[in-house]
Amino acid sequence: MAAYSDSSEMIRIATAGSVDDGKSTLIGRLLYDTKSIFEDQMDAVEATSIQMGAEHTNLALLTDGLRAEREQGITIDVAYRYFATPKRKFIIADTPGHIQYTRNMVTGASTADLAIVLIDARKGVLEQSRRHAFLSSLLRIPHLVLAVNKMDLVDYDESVFEDIKSEFRDFARKLDVADLTFIPVSALHGDNVVNRSENMEWYGGSSLLHHLEQVHVASDRNLIDARFAVQYVIRPQATEHHDFRGYAGRVSGGVFKPGDEVVVLPSGFSSKIASIQTADGPVDEAYPPMSVSITLDDEIDISRGDMLCRPHNQPRVTQDIEAMVCWLSEASSLQTGAKLAIKHTTRWARAMVKDLQYRLDVNTLHREEGATTLSLNEIGRVTLRTTLPLFVDEYRRNRETGSFILVDEATNATVAAGMVLSP
Amino acid sequence: MSDTPVTPSAASPVVERPTTNYGLDHLRTLESESIHIIREVAAEFERPCLLFSGGKDSVVMLHLAVKAFAPARPPFPVMHVDTGHNFPEVIEFRDECVDRLGVRLVIASVQDDIDAGRVAEQTGPRASRNQLQTTTLLRGIEEQRYDAVFGGARRDEEKARAKERVYSFRDEFGQWDPKNQRPEVWSLYNGRHHQGEHIRVFPLSNWTELDIWSYIEAEDIVLPSIYFAHEREVFSRDGMWLAVTPAVTVMDGEIPQVRTVRYRTVGDASCTGAVDSIAATVEAVIAEVAASRVTERGATRADDRASEAAMEDRKRVGYF
Repeated sequence: MAAYSDSSEMIRIATAGSVDDGKSTLIGRLLYDTKSIFEDQMDAVEATSIQMGAEHTNLALLTDGLRAEREQGITIDVAYRYFATPKRKFIIADTPGHIQYTRNMVTGASTADLAIVLIDARKGVLEQSRRHAFLSSLLRIPHLVLAVNKMDLVDYDESVFEDIKSEFRDFARKLDVADLTFIPVSALHGDNVVNRSENMEWYGGSSLLHHLEQVHVASDRNLIDARFAVQYVIRPQATEHHDFRGYAGRVSGGVFKPGDEVVVLPSGFSSKIASIQTADGPVDEAYPPMSVSITLDDEIDISRGDMLCRPHNQPRVTQDIEAMVCWLSEASSLQTGAKLAIKHTTRWARAMVKDLQYRLDVNTLHREEGATTLSLNEIGRVTLRTTLPLFVDEYRRNRETGSFILVDEATNATVAAGMVLSP
Repeated sequence: MSDTPVTPSAASPVVERPTTNYGLDHLRTLESESIHIIREVAAEFERPCLLFSGGKDSVVMLHLAVKAFAPARPPFPVMHVDTGHNFPEVIEFRDECVDRLGVRLVIASVQDDIDAGRVAEQTGPRASRNQLQTTTLLRGIEEQRYDAVFGGARRDEEKARAKERVYSFRDEFGQWDPKNQRPEVWSLYNGRHHQGEHIRVFPLSNWTELDIWSYIEAEDIVLPSIYFAHEREVFSRDGMWLAVTPAVTVMDGEIPQVRTVRYRTVGDASCTGAVDSIAATVEAVIAEVAASRVTERGATRADDRASEAAMEDRKRVGYF
């Protein structure tokens, strides 16, 4: 494992793919070639490969294999892998794509900076590739990489790669993808995974790892709309800090500085930031994703679930929410008229499903109007009415203040993930 | 999507993007994520507690809990599941640590469960109290009516842990059901549960062993001395150096010798091995960890060697 440099960034990656497209092999290759696999892990993989009668050490086994999965023939929805180079620390949320793809991908990719969608060069752009790309754009993952894999099996032919590229670009025009990159690879042989391939001189771009190390993610955060949801009020009992009242939370957007005028929602009271505190002392500014506590000039009644923002840039305060929701529960389905618990930032409320406007076919992007329910893996546009006002931004503008979950009040299960749209 | 055109909302006039580079390095990003998780739990649960063994991960977790509520103290106690087979240096460290930080320590003792006949002690030279800890842990949670229990487990440690959520729901028997986990999206944690159920919370989920050590260095965190190279009487068993302590029986053919070793993990003395090392400082340990070719659990934990699914099986019945 490589040691870090002093200021290495962290980047979250989501991968999606099916059993056959070589995703596990690709991840295994990234881990192996960056020396992130340990000998005891490799020994276990080799032993299992031999036991299964495989010809080569199966790198895919590095990412598979709970007993529950083997015995019941299921795949746990998301597994996390970690590796690092001197430039960056990587978190990979690895989601199987063949079953329950929507639920899996939403679970693994909601916070991703970058998604890798794999395409088998022999098969071209399949329905599943489109689905994964669509979900990446729905979740607003800022960077999308199309890894065209198994180039070795098409003789490293440039025209195969170019055809896939243009076909995919046509489709991607219908989506909202800010940054799309195509990389021809062979995960099995390592071409263009860590090092540039000698078999594809025609390819002028970066290797996959080089791209992952270079892609600019710091500017993906919203630094314009100042949003701070209060998580917890810190009031020390000790006499030395008797008057301290800090509003603890994590910045969801914008930049806060001492002296800034702020408005508290829902009360609408305003005050000025007296200081921004951390355990290491006060700081000059706070921006996403910093966890801090804010003290104000005035004593105002503020509690968990309230939000601090700037007077001239406020989220929408509303009990009527338009949203795309992904239904994640096997046991139940979304019905109009249903009442559910809703969690948005640090605020819980109850929500009633007023209307299901349409269900979206994730393969064709066709809107099925007249649909009355959403079941597992289905996505639709809904109107909700909540018991308390929520302070929302459009999801496309802020992934934190634009997202929510719905929870079944009887079972406590998380049944849906929602993304706020403009009214 | 096509029905959501890019239009800045009315309340959001266009402001120029600041030109400075607002970024956090990976350790500060991890720290902020962990603090966010710890504060969510303190805000939403009635009776949280933090599992504290004196091992490096629980020390880092407690350090983060202290930072999360500064200048106040963490609003929950810490619990140690005490096998009675501890390294004395670690117990001393534990007591000094809770004193210094002003947190309340609750001890759940495996010996109590043995004495009460709730568990039977293993016999023979390879006897370990590792398995028995689960009963004690669950009893501690039940007796104290804890509804959220912070654990220092990391996803990079072991493949069962790689698939566990930050908020890990446990039924009234403390069981983990890997195929029936709640979806965990964005940072919207769902801690709702019925009475008798609880949530295990893992604020260090996304940290690696190297992250932990880098953070220990950056924050100047004090650890038990056994994490650094020292001389100790050990013997070789199953390819590990086990310490000669009252908790283990040295068998025929096992030859005790004094070696310079350190511990990469701290668990029950009967099943935690030391590694040969001359790393006497945090800096030297980081260099060693960065160059290591064996995982920390692989190198030092007999409890994981029982079978390929040892950790998974123990987790399912309520282990850490």
